[in-house]
Amino acid sequence: MSRFVERHPAWALIAIIAIAVALWLIFAVWPPGLEEAIGRKRVFLNAVFNGITLGGLYFLVASGFTLIFGLMRNVNLAHGSLYLFGGYVGYAISTATGSWLLSFIVAFVLTALVGVLLQVIVFRRMEGQDLRQTMVTIGLSIVFADLMLWACGGDFYQVQTPNWLIGPVELPLITAVKSSGEPVYLRYPMVRLVIFAASVVIGVAMWLALNRTRIGMIIRAGVDDRDILAATGVRIQLVFVAVFAFGAGLAGIAGVVGGTFQSLSPGEDIRFLLASLVVVIVGGMGSIPGAALGALIIGLAEQLGSVYIPTYAIVVTFLIMVLVLAIRPQGLLARR
Amino acid sequence: MSKCSIGLLALSSLFLSSAAIAQEKIKVGVTATLEGTYTVLGEDGMRGHQTALNVLGKKIGDKELEFIVASTDATPDSAVRAVRKLIEQDKVQILLSPLSGDEGIAVKNFAKTHPELTFINAASGAQETTYVDPAPNFFRYNMDGAQWQVGLGKYAYEEKKYRKIATVGEDYSFIYTQVFGLVLEFCGAGGQVTNRQWVPLGTKDFASVIAALPDDVDAIYLGLGGADAVNFLNQYQQAGGKAHLMGGSIMIDQTILSSKGNAKNALIGTIAASGQADTWEDPGWQKFVKAYQDAFPPNKRFPSPSLLATNYYDSTMALILALRQVNGDLSNNQAKFKEALAKIEIDAPNGKIKLDSNRQAIGTNFVTEVVDDGKGALFSKVVKVIPNVNQTLGYDPAVFSKIGLPSRTVPECKKY
Repeated sequence: MSRFVERHPAWALIAIIAIAVALWLIFAVWPPGLEEAIGRKRVFLNAVFNGITLGGLYFLVASGFTLIFGLMRNVNLAHGSLYLFGGYVGYAISTATGSWLLSFIVAFVLTALVGVLLQVIVFRRMEGQDLRQTMVTIGLSIVFADLMLWACGGDFYQVQTPNWLIGPVELPLITAVKSSGEPVYLRYPMVRLVIFAASVVIGVAMWLALNRTRIGMIIRAGVDDRDILAATGVRIQLVFVAVFAFGAGLAGIAGVVGGTFQSLSPGEDIRFLLASLVVVIVGGMGSIPGAALGALIIGLAEQLGSVYIPTYAIVVTFLIMVLVLAIRPQGLLARR
Repeated sequence: MSKCSIGLLALSSLFLSSAAIAQEKIKVGVTATLEGTYTVLGEDGMRGHQTALNVLGKKIGDKELEFIVASTDATPDSAVRAVRKLIEQDKVQILLSPLSGDEGIAVKNFAKTHPELTFINAASGAQETTYVDPAPNFFRYNMDGAQWQVGLGKYAYEEKKYRKIATVGEDYSFIYTQVFGLVLEFCGAGGQVTNRQWVPLGTKDFASVIAALPDDVDAIYLGLGGADAVNFLNQYQQAGGKAHLMGGSIMIDQTILSSKGNAKNALIGTIAASGQADTWEDPGWQKFVKAYQDAFPPNKRFPSPSLLATNYYDSTMALILALRQVNGDLSNNQAKFKEALAKIEIDAPNGKIKLDSNRQAIGTNFVTEVVDDGKGALFSKVVKVIPNVNQTLGYDPAVFSKIGLPSRTVPECKKY
């Protein structure tokens, strides 16, 4: 951090000012002039929070994607299918048992199993052949999409939100002050906050596991040099399978999350594959903090865009991607 | 050797038989949105189409109809691609296409490049399709989005006493047309539309849109469909939204009313208008509902046909009846068939339909209210039936043309 400030004082200053402005926009009571210029604070705050929570969902999908890529150089274009599959499993479990939490566990386990199968049957056979892997996974994603369409139909499924999560919660952020001087606090959907908190916990846990445990050490070593790691006697294939299973399981969990606050239907697989590709390209292929940053940026851009420039909202995310590719093609937080 | 000769024999007989059949077939290309946001709508459209075939049969004199289905995703280019494929590869002679508004405008323009063929609109409802520069070989037996809103504005103003409303709609031609019809009537009655929000088709996360909804309105009009509508309702419920709602024709429709989960319950009591009402007691309608229900097992259909099923049923019906009138004669660039189509008046389940000089339907419209049938299923209950709705919505054509074409900001909220 301090090295960054020393090397790029101008950028650091801009970043600090931007953060200060953002904090002021979030915490201060807006003067009337500002409200007139860019609309009510409630709308702005909601858009920011939505962007962050949506970023949480994107992170869940993209972190699995980037983990798999980082270790194995596998571009798994069937990742979106794993997301949708997890969502459908979650829906089936939550309607059958009525338990929202159980649906996460089952979705994780089942998608992880599918991930293991993918790794063993497909990727192990074509190790190191990027193009073949890409083509095969595209093909698989089409097959999976049709199988799921056949099994679940084209309906929209929503995973039932448990009762204790329905409805809004009041946050200690003032959106406006009434004429009587009484402050109005921001009301925000509980379920989104919980989901965001969960994705932060998962993200931090993943970072800790990668950086503080033996298994994490092996994985990091594998990212740097697979062959040497294998030569030291680590059973690399086992590590691959485990990482693939975990990454796929995360996509499954994300599917349940997505099914809870959005909905599941054919086509979602492609949408989330695209989202995680954009996130990973922006953040940097193979980097977990990069996936977090990318997800945050893309989530915020989508939500703020949909409020302030609705006509061009779709373009914004891709503009960001183009900018990143032009200025820092390896991604914002990539190491190499 | 014997195996081989049997195989050859089988193969040649296959060719012979297909050649023999080919002479007696009339090929019809059908498109539906079987991908993307409107998947559910496309699927139910195809159910309506199948129901019509069950009821009317596929025989035209001594010829038989053959249908080839192509999938689109509600974007204009996907529709043109599908139609082009049907014409160039499958050599269809008649098209039953497309489903969605923007697709309709694109296919209509494409129809002009194939004047020898006949295009029958399946379900799309943008006004521009038949109002601006219509194609002489494009026929539409369903009303447009504005016609489908007739009666709603007045009902909201006079019966529900709504004075100020805001609208949220998908950003494309069909919803422009719907809001056009609503605003004309509601503002004409004296109401105010304070805010119109447009979201891209296929929006998943509506939380910010919901936050931006104004508080000081009596009701919020929702012009959404398919997955977008379900997502909106889900997130609206999570955000604790409590406003009165009004709905467009594909919002208050079985595609949404029978979605899984309980978000749809926010719609109970919502008023809407459409080219059909689920609980209409007309015997023709009831017969159609029965035919639809009998054609598919309960888990493969909605409790009652959606607007899309009805539209596909009506357009398939017009196609078959007109073909029978001319006894399947498609000679001379299908001239006789086109003439029959233009003149035919069909006794559709949702009221009589005839075409105007632009080959646009004049039909019956319904104002509805969403009710719970007591067992958790939602239906649109008929409140008012308005017959003979034409494309200029009863306005003098000269006045109507001054209003302008439906867009994000047209019409202005005033009395024309």
